[in-house]
Amino acid sequence: MIIKLLLVGGALGAAILILREQFPGQRQARRRIAGLAVLAAGAFAVIWPEALTHVANAVGVGRGTDLVLYVLVMVFLFTTVATYQRLHHMESRIATLARELALRDAEAQDRTNE
Amino acid sequence: MSSDVCVIVPVFNEATVVGAVVAGLLEVFPHVVCVDDGSTDGSADVARSAGAIVLHHPINLGQGAALQTGFDYVLRYTSATYCVTFDADGQHRIEDAARMVDKARNTGADVVLASRFLGTTKNMPMLRRLMVRGGVWFTRRTAHIDVSDTHNGLRVLTRPALQRIRLKMPRMAHASELLNAITHNGLSYVEEPVDIIYTEYSLAKGQSMMNSVNIVFDLAAERLRFAR
Repeated sequence: MIIKLLLVGGALGAAILILREQFPGQRQARRRIAGLAVLAAGAFAVIWPEALTHVANAVGVGRGTDLVLYVLVMVFLFTTVATYQRLHHMESRIATLARELALRDAEAQDRTNE
Repeated sequence: MSSDVCVIVPVFNEATVVGAVVAGLLEVFPHVVCVDDGSTDGSADVARSAGAIVLHHPINLGQGAALQTGFDYVLRYTSATYCVTFDADGQHRIEDAARMVDKARNTGADVVLASRFLGTTKNMPMLRRLMVRGGVWFTRRTAHIDVSDTHNGLRVLTRPALQRIRLKMPRMAHASELLNAITHNGLSYVEEPVDIIYTEYSLAKGQSMMNSVNIVFDLAAERLRFAR
């Protein structure tokens, strides 16, 4: 039961993140912390597989492997959203840059015409 | 008398037609600016030799971005009061543009929008009609604007309108984005019936069905961001 709440909550969280403008500095720090946490959890799961099963049972999942799959899906979801956002942000910055180039160029042309 | 008008023509790989369009425009409007959106077929040279000022995007950014570059140019380097947006593929009639500028002068509206559905547009294929009607329906619902044609590249925007509109959307969603900006900023607008010349060329270059999916998605995402 708990796992259902966690998974649905995670999916909703990802949906909300899609809609948020990003704060690069803060976000990067958070992404790094999240990355380290996932790595640590991975190491933990490899070293103590039984413990993983206990954790899985605690949140209402039968096997540890299933829990790993769920977590993987969530991590993938959040990674995708984060990448999408960064690309979106970069796209608009490139547009601004290219526009500025085009306008500078036009200004230079105007000068040579005078 | 049209010296206070600047015509913006977004161009992306239209070398075969843009020359004639620019030449035609220059007969009526002295100030024609082509925004070359990273064309690879020499469109920029054709437009330049036809007599247009050419702004050059080093990479392709989409029509909305090209229009915004044109708007920025008008605001920064000209003193034009009226800005006309005109498609490069030859689907608009220059006399329609001239009439729309007159309408802007006479009515004092911030924006004049062209409508093919008020006019007597010929040769509009059935599928295209359905698609454009769908776009109109969608935009009327989402932008809360009472217009009969939402995806027409021919518009007249006054300087105060340009100062308040800032197109951010990539690709083709800018038509709806522009209408959203009109209602959002409380700009006044009027419609003018126009004809669209549907040729094999303009239809081939026009928007595909699949792209309307992109437009709806882009707008939905933007809208939810806005609402937050």
